[in-house]
Amino acid sequence: MKKIQNLFLLSIIMMACTVNAQDNAGLRLPAGFSATLFANNIGSSRHISITKSGIVFAKLNAPNKEGKAIIRLEDANKDGIADKINGWGNYGGTGIYVRDKNLYASSDQGIFLYQLNDQDEVVNPTTPKVIVKDLIDRRQHSSKSITLDPQGNIYVNIGAYSNACQEKDRMPGSKGMMPCPILDSAGGIWKFDGQKENQVYGDGKRYATGLRNVIGLDWNTQTNSLFVTQHGRDQLNSFYPQYYSDNQNAELPAETMYEVKEGDDCGWPYVYYDPYQKKKILSPEYGGDGKKEGAPNALNPTMSFPAHMAPMSLLFYKGTQFPERYQQGAFIAFHGSWNRAPLPQEGYFVAFVPYKNGKPSGEWEIFANGFAGTEIVTNPRLAKARPCGLAEGPDGSLYVCDDNKGAIFKISFNK
Amino acid sequence: MKYLIQCCFIGLLSFSAQKATAQNMANGKKIYETRCLVCHQADGGGVPNMNAPLDGASNVVGNDIARLVKIIRNGYNERVALDGYYYSNAMTANPDLKDADIADVLSYIRNSWTNKASKITLAQVQKVKKK
Ligand code: HEC
Repeated sequence: MKKIQNLFLLSIIMMACTVNAQDNAGLRLPAGFSATLFANNIGSSRHISITKSGIVFAKLNAPNKEGKAIIRLEDANKDGIADKINGWGNYGGTGIYVRDKNLYASSDQGIFLYQLNDQDEVVNPTTPKVIVKDLIDRRQHSSKSITLDPQGNIYVNIGAYSNACQEKDRMPGSKGMMPCPILDSAGGIWKFDGQKENQVYGDGKRYATGLRNVIGLDWNTQTNSLFVTQHGRDQLNSFYPQYYSDNQNAELPAETMYEVKEGDDCGWPYVYYDPYQKKKILSPEYGGDGKKEGAPNALNPTMSFPAHMAPMSLLFYKGTQFPERYQQGAFIAFHGSWNRAPLPQEGYFVAFVPYKNGKPSGEWEIFANGFAGTEIVTNPRLAKARPCGLAEGPDGSLYVCDDNKGAIFKISFNK
Repeated sequence: MKYLIQCCFIGLLSFSAQKATAQNMANGKKIYETRCLVCHQADGGGVPNMNAPLDGASNVVGNDIARLVKIIRNGYNERVALDGYYYSNAMTANPDLKDADIADVLSYIRNSWTNKASKITLAQVQKVKKK
């Protein structure tokens, strides 16, 4: 009898465990929120975008096993799990953005426009319009993220193909170039017409500069302005051990979010942002020593985050499903660090920043965590999932995609 | 007879040259930790899509030693698939690293984690011309 009782207890415990493991698809969320694993293993998904009918489109970093790099996911029976998945497109990339029946996708060199039909199926999978072409792609920071303003202009990030604009990139002791010639064609946000075909640099406009590598960007309809998240520079300690210890490198410089207006300069490569001194510090490649300030005219960030966590996607929440404090606030998907080593890596989560009237009304906080599937990530390849893209569904649910194996999580509030 | 002894001696030398000594490994490790670990990580696993893994990489344990030496000296920034994957970061050059140190760090990455391969000798590094 005792044995049976024990067995019974054991099976209850086991059931509880399995239920727990499935619970919220392994994510840790604030009270009242729940998550489902909307899709898994679709291929390294960078960004996602969702139609008014709830169709999810994902842009893959490279074609998946079936040779597709744009994936359409539909949840026909509305159980929170995609049941109809197909795709097209044979080029890798990051950006995807859907507005009405226009679906934009980016490669590392250009932007393409697809047409959707009434069912939000693609009409011209092999013959998209080429909207922008011949953008700089020199491997480093080559991914192009895109967003639209209400008028339909398209904003694209062109990352700097350099760490700190040294004469020789990442070469110890090599000086920073003055002025940095990279900024003519990269290291900023460019603006293009959303409909005109075959645009090149000359047809667009450098909208904001001094941004090393932006991957998250979103148009805030409250402030009617563009917000971007920048990846700060690497390797302060390996190049300048006289000024920076391993521990300082692990915390410097901050990852930053800016509200940018036309013509703004965010300071790269001349300065980086130090979140402890709350100052723009002159880069050591330009004569800095960890204390001297620089670039007085460059913007200050509207929010800063711990170093190296790699903000991959930014989304201002427009819905009403989430409680009031989340409304109009910013969600940021963090990829997780790689260059805090030898210290443990950090930041494999989705963060939230509360906003009121277009200004942060509090500090950032972790919103969803547990993507890595392990408490301490000593090495990035051990992380199961790395948050990369964010999108809001028509019902106000938040979708998060991962560019490791390609999981998509759907997070909802249940009251 | 003299020839035979010489032959034997050379044979022995080249045989003993196959395995990295504890000293090679210790020096290689030191260099790895200060110059390479930040990107390739403590477990040699690299960073997906960004920094190539060294652990289990066919080129790292392979026979194209000149290529490995050039990568360490000059850095590496090419659009090539490594074991089927592409990596987007640019690897730092190490122009100030002595040939003996290059030999040791290569011996170290060829014999760490799950990797097992012959050691790289100073002579092998010296044979590769600087550009
Ligand atoms: C800034 C980051 C960085 C640092 C520091 C770095 N590497 Fe690399 N390494 C890379 C990247 C990125 C690649 C792949 C480059 C490419 O695809 O063009 C690479 C490639 C390699 C390869 C070729 C791998 C293959 O499969 O062919 C070797 C060998 C290597 N690194 C060894 C080292 C050693 C040894 C050190 C230290 C002396 C080092 N690396 C420091 C980023 C780095």
